[in-house]
Amino acid sequence: MLGNGGTTVPKIQLNLITGRTIQQGVAIEGGKEKPRYREACGIIELDPSDFEKLGAWRNTNVRVTSAHGSVVVKAIDATQGPHPGLGWIPMGPWANSVVNPNTYSTGMPTFKGTPVEVEPASNEPVLLGIELVQRYCRGDKK
Amino acid sequence: MSEYLIKNGFVFDPTQKINGDVKDVAIQDGKIVDKVAKPKVIDAKGMTVMAGALDIHAHVAGPKVNIGRIFRPEDKLFNETPRKGMMRSEGGFSIPTTYRTGYAYARMGYTTVMEAAMPPLFARHVHEEIRDTPIIDEGAYPVFGNNWFVLEYLKNREIENTAAYIAWLLRVTRGFAVKLVNPGGTEAWGWGLNCLQVTDPVPYFDITPEEIIKGLIEANEYLGLPHSIHLHGNNLGNPGNYTTTLDTLKLAEGYKAKNNFGRDVVMHHTHIQFHSYGGTKWADFESKAKEVADYVNRQKNISIDVGFVTLDETTTMTADGPFEHHLTELNHLKWANADVELETAAGVVPYIYSPDIFVSGVQWAVGLEIALFSKDMMRCHLTTDHPNAGPFTRYPRVLKWLMSQKARDEQIKAFKASDKVVSQSQIAEIDRELTLFEVAQMTRAGPAKVLGLSHMYGGLKPGLDADVAVYDFNPEKEHKPDEIEKAFSHVKFLWKTGTPIITDGEIISHGNKRTLWVNPKVNENPQVMRDIHDKFLKFYTVTEKNYEVTGKHFIPNPFVIEVDATR
Amino acid sequence: MTKTITDVICPFCGTLCDDIEVVVSDDGKKIVEVMNACAIGYEKFHHSQATDRATRPRMQQADGSYKEVSYDEAVEYTAQMFAKSKKTLMYGWSSTNCEAQSVGHEIAEICGSVVDNTATVCHGTTLIAVQDVGIPSCTLGEIKNRADRILFWGCNPAHAHPRHMSRYSIFPRGFFTGKGQHSRKVVVVDPRPTDTSKMADYYFQVEQGRDYELLQAFRAALKHEWLPDVVAGIPKERIYEGADMLKAGRFGIIFFGMGVTQTLSKNHNIDAAIMLTKDLNEYTKFNIMPMRGHYNVTGSGEVLGWQFGFPYAVDISRGFARYNPGDTTSNDLLMRGDVDSVFVIASDPGAHFPWTSVKKISELPSVAVDPHFTPTTEICKLHVPVAFVGIEVGGNAYRMDNVPIDTRKVVDPPEGMLTDEQFLEKVLHRVKELKGVH
Repeated sequence: MLGNGGTTVPKIQLNLITGRTIQQGVAIEGGKEKPRYREACGIIELDPSDFEKLGAWRNTNVRVTSAHGSVVVKAIDATQGPHPGLGWIPMGPWANSVVNPNTYSTGMPTFKGTPVEVEPASNEPVLLGIELVQRYCRGDKK
Repeated sequence: MSEYLIKNGFVFDPTQKINGDVKDVAIQDGKIVDKVAKPKVIDAKGMTVMAGALDIHAHVAGPKVNIGRIFRPEDKLFNETPRKGMMRSEGGFSIPTTYRTGYAYARMGYTTVMEAAMPPLFARHVHEEIRDTPIIDEGAYPVFGNNWFVLEYLKNREIENTAAYIAWLLRVTRGFAVKLVNPGGTEAWGWGLNCLQVTDPVPYFDITPEEIIKGLIEANEYLGLPHSIHLHGNNLGNPGNYTTTLDTLKLAEGYKAKNNFGRDVVMHHTHIQFHSYGGTKWADFESKAKEVADYVNRQKNISIDVGFVTLDETTTMTADGPFEHHLTELNHLKWANADVELETAAGVVPYIYSPDIFVSGVQWAVGLEIALFSKDMMRCHLTTDHPNAGPFTRYPRVLKWLMSQKARDEQIKAFKASDKVVSQSQIAEIDRELTLFEVAQMTRAGPAKVLGLSHMYGGLKPGLDADVAVYDFNPEKEHKPDEIEKAFSHVKFLWKTGTPIITDGEIISHGNKRTLWVNPKVNENPQVMRDIHDKFLKFYTVTEKNYEVTGKHFIPNPFVIEVDATR
Repeated sequence: MTKTITDVICPFCGTLCDDIEVVVSDDGKKIVEVMNACAIGYEKFHHSQATDRATRPRMQQADGSYKEVSYDEAVEYTAQMFAKSKKTLMYGWSSTNCEAQSVGHEIAEICGSVVDNTATVCHGTTLIAVQDVGIPSCTLGEIKNRADRILFWGCNPAHAHPRHMSRYSIFPRGFFTGKGQHSRKVVVVDPRPTDTSKMADYYFQVEQGRDYELLQAFRAALKHEWLPDVVAGIPKERIYEGADMLKAGRFGIIFFGMGVTQTLSKNHNIDAAIMLTKDLNEYTKFNIMPMRGHYNVTGSGEVLGWQFGFPYAVDISRGFARYNPGDTTSNDLLMRGDVDSVFVIASDPGAHFPWTSVKKISELPSVAVDPHFTPTTEICKLHVPVAFVGIEVGGNAYRMDNVPIDTRKVVDPPEGMLTDEQFLEKVLHRVKELKGVH
């Protein structure tokens, strides 16, 4: 696993799921243009065992990459765990940067159960929600 | 203002004993009148003229109807029509969209339709669908036969309290009449149980269907409502159930109708075809139509509607929740169920009345026998319990069978197990053919009178609403049976409340439909109001203030019938 | 002096609580306090009064910024977009009232649009399963009054429907359930031990994405049929125990959510759950209910149902309704490039669709009708803010159990702001002119 500059960057494979949280609900009703939305949804909850494998500090940024896209979010401790092997990103544009859009003819994208790679990215910022969406619509690298 | 003169038609109006005479019918400002000054003249020479028809029982608006639409996308296959001019797009065969419902009834000459069952908690939904059904006037019957208030009051024989509650519920739901469906049995279904006989007690509430039915008859007559109680009796659909039906009908003995609306009956038993079965199991299933019709003939204070089976693939839907579960266990087709807190339940299951199955053939025969054995067509009305025994768009086909023995014989021969259908019923022995006068009784004068609406609908007497249908059918000519069906499938002209709706067979207007509802006034009853507050606080999941249907967005054009039941 | 408005209906989620109390200022303009609502409902009512709210339509400029325009200009842009398009996607509908939905449907019928609602990314797969196998269900009061077996499968009401458990499903003392939660056994199935599972008597930590196997295993367990030692991470002994416990109840309910509608098996999961419910009816009384998300997605499905015959993904491009999930659903239409404009209302696909669909929206002529600033409004060509239904204008909505409740107005909208219904009426009127129809 080679990262930049030839040093080995730890990466872990996880199964990513998404969904609602109270904080996400309060944030969306309070205005998705606000930083509170990023705090609520620009995160990934990791099980302690996965944090250990990853070797990242709590509350630092990580890059989550799937076959469908990539996004930077803040890694925090699982709030409803333990769930080793599962990553949780609340529903929203950060999660939707990486989930499987394929509906397999059901109309429903495959929001839950996306294989992802997670690696530390403490120098990369988590974008605000609207900024993130505007960037990927413009085709910017994320 | 708007004057029309329909000249030279063959008029059939039982309310004035007109039986095919050539007469003129005059319309002015929404009403039938004796004469007009400068009318638009329509020449109905060689055609049949009747009042607009009434459907006393159809499931056309409400939550279970919509469950049917939503869970049967296949019901729309190949029968959609696009938006055209002012007409909205249409779809659905056994559960038409609301626009198709309005247009399809109007095309057959129907101008008033009663939604057969309204769960009170869902009254807004019923009214939204009624609002989106063009042309026809409609009312809806809230269900009472499994309602917790009613069960508790009637257990204690508190008729006045029951009446006060009925008055309150009719007002807050904007309902028309007192409906009972599988009384007691649908509350039992809240636990997966049922009441099949009128003496079976309801779990916990410990009251029997018999007590519920009699109590509601008494409360209905105490209030003097326009319509009698409208009853779907216990044990629907099961072989041998005719004995339960006779037990049920007998409960009306000794009661006299009390009201200012010209209604003579105290009980209207609906879709009685489903309740007139003999035998002990499917193998020896047989018709007991004669036994039931004979009783109705003798007992003048009851009326019935038939629920004719039309031999189609259709969708069954009823507040008889346990029956629908039973049906899905029989035919293994998809089943939807909806229990409603404190009030009722519903079930929806597709059903195929196949001419290849002798049971369906006998069911078809039962319906026709009920009508053909009935002596008083004013008390025997035409329905298919739409869509349960068949879609309402088949009414013209039912007319064909009623009016032509030849048509019936053709159908009998077409059954796969023709011999068994004949041996298990009496349909092949009947040569009676209904006349147009009798058809007008079954579809116009009869239902209007039983609904307590004969001051508005069902006839062509001056003063009544100008709901008039003209069919391209010459009663003095010979007709092949299929011509009867064709002629009554499409009116040539239709007026609703004096507005032309159909001209030369084309729909030209959505009219200005009304939602009928009944508002009984009773003495103040603090106990009932306290019980209502109490149950909303403790057991309902909506608040009392959020229960009542208010607002023009639900009922843009209400027509209220006030009843003074104060003492 | 303030006044308190009672029996207010909260316009957030499918729980559709109708016991909210809102204290407003004497002049009826300000919301002072909100009582009984959960944290999310509370936020919705209060945020509606935010001073930085958009009060007039905003048109996207060439440089990506937005410039304020009048409602008349917004109506004109929208009507022109509809009239010139071959096939507009009209998406959302779930956070507005039934009256507005109905006006939108008429526009769709005249212009040949596709009408789709948020079920397409929520309980659409449930609707597909219901169309295959039906659905035995009930109103929430039946749970409150009768149910003694509560099963939450793939849903987390503690977070998504916060007052559900106290109003309906675990804690209330109903007519036959006087002991409240002590009358009930609660089961939770979820790959994570959620805050909801903390209230469970039985918790099954199913392997993520393997709900289908576990549902079918429960069906087999009901009949005491053979099972492998472990199914979906659950030992068979626990499955048999769970099945027997469900059978021993007198009225059971399965509530389910995205954990089974959005995972790979989608509608097949729901099919299995419904069939499990149907099987349970051979032993005792059992029902099943989807936990609907938005407060009026159910209403959108109902209105589409009685007007067109289908509950979502309704394609009217040939003048009559056609329905085929996978073909007429929003994400498929967008990703295949099958629509030439997008009209979003009362929803936020910008935040909740996969990014590939959102990018497509941003490339097309597009209008977003929403009181908030959202990822959708900030990538569409036109943002039309409107009054909040349930706060500034009333109108009918349908709860998750299909019960219709008429929402209330508690304060006026900002000066000159239109409601969804008013904006759509104006657009409809203009569309009729442009298309020459009456």
